[in-house]
Amino acid sequence: MTIRNTLRDHGQRYRPRMACLKKAEKVLLEMQDPKSGVKSQLQRLVITTIPHAITGEDIMAWLSERFQIDTQEARTLGSMLVALGYVYPLQDHKRLVLKSDASLYRFQTPYFWPVQQWPVEDTDYAIYLAKRNIRKKGILEMHEQEQYSRLHKWMNHKWDFIVMQAKEQYRAAKERKKPDRVVFDCQERAYWVVHRPPPGSVSAMDYGLDRRIDPNADEAKTPDFYERMMIFTQQSIMRPRVKSSVSIGALVKYCATYNNHDPFLFRCLPSNPWLTDDVTYWTLNMPNVDTPTKMRVERWTFSFGELLSDPRGRDDFRRFLKKEFSGENLAFWEGCEDLKWGAATTMKEKAEQIYKTFLARGAPRWINIDGKTMEITVNGLKYPHRYVLDAAQTHIYMLMKKDSYGRYMKSQVFKDTLKRAICPEEHKFTDAQLEHNSKNRRPSISPIILRQQELEERAKMAANAPMDITQLCRFTTPIPHLAVYSGITYSPSTNASSSLSTLAQPPAWPSPISVALDSTSTSERRVESGEADQDGEVGGAAGVNVCKSRMALSLRRLLKRGCGPSAVFASLSPKCHTTAGMSGRIQPISPDPPGQAPPRRMGNFFQIKVDIPPECRIYPIESEDEEDENRATVGAKEIICPWESLTPPNGTG
Amino acid sequence: MCDQTFVAATFGPCENCTKPSPLLNIYIKSEPINYCSFCVEQMACEGLTAGESLASLKRESESLKKKLDEERNKLSDVQLHQLAEKVEALSSLSVKTRRVLKGHNNKVLNMDWCKDKRRLVSSSQDGKVIVWDAFTLNKEHGVSLPYTWVMACAFAPSGCAVACGGLDNRCSVIPLSLDPNENLAAKKKAVAMHTNYVSGCVFTNSDVQLLTSSGDGSCALWDIESGQLLQSFHGHTADVLSLDLAPSETGNTFVSGGCDKKANVWDMRSGQNIQSFESHQSDINCVKYYPSGDAFASASDDATCRFYDLRADREVAVYEKDSIIFGASSVDFSFSGRLLFAGYNDYTINVWDVLKGSRVSALFGHENRISRVRVSPDGTALCSASWDNTLRIWA
Repeated sequence: MTIRNTLRDHGQRYRPRMACLKKAEKVLLEMQDPKSGVKSQLQRLVITTIPHAITGEDIMAWLSERFQIDTQEARTLGSMLVALGYVYPLQDHKRLVLKSDASLYRFQTPYFWPVQQWPVEDTDYAIYLAKRNIRKKGILEMHEQEQYSRLHKWMNHKWDFIVMQAKEQYRAAKERKKPDRVVFDCQERAYWVVHRPPPGSVSAMDYGLDRRIDPNADEAKTPDFYERMMIFTQQSIMRPRVKSSVSIGALVKYCATYNNHDPFLFRCLPSNPWLTDDVTYWTLNMPNVDTPTKMRVERWTFSFGELLSDPRGRDDFRRFLKKEFSGENLAFWEGCEDLKWGAATTMKEKAEQIYKTFLARGAPRWINIDGKTMEITVNGLKYPHRYVLDAAQTHIYMLMKKDSYGRYMKSQVFKDTLKRAICPEEHKFTDAQLEHNSKNRRPSISPIILRQQELEERAKMAANAPMDITQLCRFTTPIPHLAVYSGITYSPSTNASSSLSTLAQPPAWPSPISVALDSTSTSERRVESGEADQDGEVGGAAGVNVCKSRMALSLRRLLKRGCGPSAVFASLSPKCHTTAGMSGRIQPISPDPPGQAPPRRMGNFFQIKVDIPPECRIYPIESEDEEDENRATVGAKEIICPWESLTPPNGTG
Repeated sequence: MCDQTFVAATFGPCENCTKPSPLLNIYIKSEPINYCSFCVEQMACEGLTAGESLASLKRESESLKKKLDEERNKLSDVQLHQLAEKVEALSSLSVKTRRVLKGHNNKVLNMDWCKDKRRLVSSSQDGKVIVWDAFTLNKEHGVSLPYTWVMACAFAPSGCAVACGGLDNRCSVIPLSLDPNENLAAKKKAVAMHTNYVSGCVFTNSDVQLLTSSGDGSCALWDIESGQLLQSFHGHTADVLSLDLAPSETGNTFVSGGCDKKANVWDMRSGQNIQSFESHQSDINCVKYYPSGDAFASASDDATCRFYDLRADREVAVYEKDSIIFGASSVDFSFSGRLLFAGYNDYTINVWDVLKGSRVSALFGHENRISRVRVSPDGTALCSASWDNTLRIWA
């Protein structure tokens, strides 16, 4: 790569892309207008008189008058014109800046203006250097000497021609009048200072990397170019548009809404860290702070997208959804995002996992989407790709936006958050404090460490994740309620759902759902699970048999009793927790769930009964707490949830 | 939130070859049809049919373009500056240089903020990539790459990796480590491969995908882990110089600008160019989405910045001044979208009032071209990278 560069840059610094040149030329012509231009006069410089010299202050005054700009800007603009070689300094010719004093400048003759169309020839430079060499009898500046010898080596084949040209030009110059000759020398020198700047100086001619396409070249268009253009234009014509007043109005409104949140336009509380060197503002606005600031909470009200894009806001929303038993919507949306932006290798698995968790019939966290979207999605899943769930995701997103978001804004969760939100006092630092701050800038925790913490936190959260209604239905309530809730009929042979909790389960064996049918009494269940536990340790088959029969029994009992869905809903306190294996988090369930589960899950699980008011319980009250503790200590290691232990993969006895 | 991004990407059998693939919704004589991109290409490359010549094609294409302009103007009932009249004028800004980051030995070409609002990564012409804690001015990592002109660099959303690319035609991802003495260049992983220089890169909403733009005229989406090309985006007829991802979480679009003077909006799912704007007179150096995702701004060598509304499907404002004659190299919006910061080749940064179209302020300080301006993620500061080897933080 570097080889190509040096080859190309062999001194031939061709600059095809300087759109500014045309505009600069226009300004220059105006400046040189005899009536309205910059006033020029004869000036004596050392022993020669230079015609049409102008002073730096005059140029600046003219520019600021012409463009109605302040002196600083006029100076910048003037300096750029000097740097491009349109105006050249008579004294101090190597510093291409505009000085705002009486130092002298001259307009460059158009012959030496920078041009866009052709490159500056090295041959010309060689001639110029050779000429100087003759005239000054070998006194060239350091970098010019280097250039001279380099060019001598490189253009050796035509060196005779170069020397001859130089001599010729030198002689021609001698024949001119002195002022003319001095002027021409200055012009030529200025030209080469611009185009072959001394090393280390900033050059306005430096335009960066060559781009592949040359704007000066005329490209022959082929038919396919027009064909493509036409296909695309036709598409564009049919594109739906919004009335300007609506769409632009939205932009104006956006500005107004966020005006007070823009640190450049409004003070940020307590203070902008860059101004006061105090990082309180950042500390208060960390992604996962406990109490957000008022401003932050206010932003959540602006739009649903704003709420979702803030991790703290999303947590808050999740908490609300949990109370509403519709957490699966957000989980599904997050799963889709993860699929869309995730790694390619796990894409297929993820799509399948999401399908099984959220979309398949009888899925543990079944989401409610309309038939058409479902059809599109299911058809798409034949050829899974990362955008396969897009339609469903959009559907759910709009559902949350139109429905849940509005209710969240009115909910107690949001009101509480808003009430707790802090409004920091503005910092009033004295100058001494500011100085102290600026000397004590502290480094922050590395994002790498923060990331690790976040991942740990997330793993912990996933382990203790509270479940959604659909899961609760699945594991703790009888089937009829699942049907009531989700609107589908349950078929025991659906294995999609069972794969979530028990992976290596043979199809003949009742799925965890059917096992969970006997949700008649907690104590009973606990006994069962205990038995299963012990049996599992001793020798699985017998215990399984027992619980199988008991299951049938309890199902019968349940059907007889037929508790109403309302009671079930009331009993499902949002505070009830469950375990890792059951919570259909987006990460794939690992084949050995006990590994993920921290020991206190048992305790969490049994919180259910603590929270439920006695009148709406479906569980008998007579369960004992000591027993819980026993269970927790006994079964903590292997059990994820009491029911899962009922279905050991090898227990087909 | 940008609802217009919810155009469902269709996937199914192509109406021409019946192979299931992502479909382009195209029109033949105003009849909607669904073809896969291969069939569209075939259709475009059929060559001249009877009675067609290059000139007639050109005429037809011109008349279609005129029709498009008519369509676009039909719904243009009000101009931005008219709506902005009622908006309060901005008070004068007091933006000053708060930090100067010195450490590069050559032109700084690009920079990107970390999500933690204080770290940033910068790349320079001599092949050096530096990760700074801009707040304390501490250089946390330095990587020397074996090629010059590192024109693209980006911080991963997690802050645990950076991506960079340039004249080696590749885009590499470098995972950062806590150990300051570790040789990061050894951990470099080449992800994207182009046939010309890489001009820009950006992580999508995760650490595992990378979107790049290149001098070969294409943009591409890559899977970092496997280096697999997920989607390529063809449509520019010259170098692509810049790209920007739609800010909203649901946005599946990005915008790119290049030497063909076009700013194109792409659907990442189908790889299809969905909108194209051609009103600049010279190369587009930078494109940047408006914070709401419903509009974007562009900076061009023709010394103007322009503002395009995506839903109205047209240009709604031009930011120019007759005293500004040098090209704009980079733009970014303030947090509210009211201010547009634009870096220019005359060493200044101009601040524009987006709604009223007037210039609010000019920032002086750099001694060479501005190559990049970026507002920090929480909007508290502006960082500018310049060819004078430094970066500055303004607030």
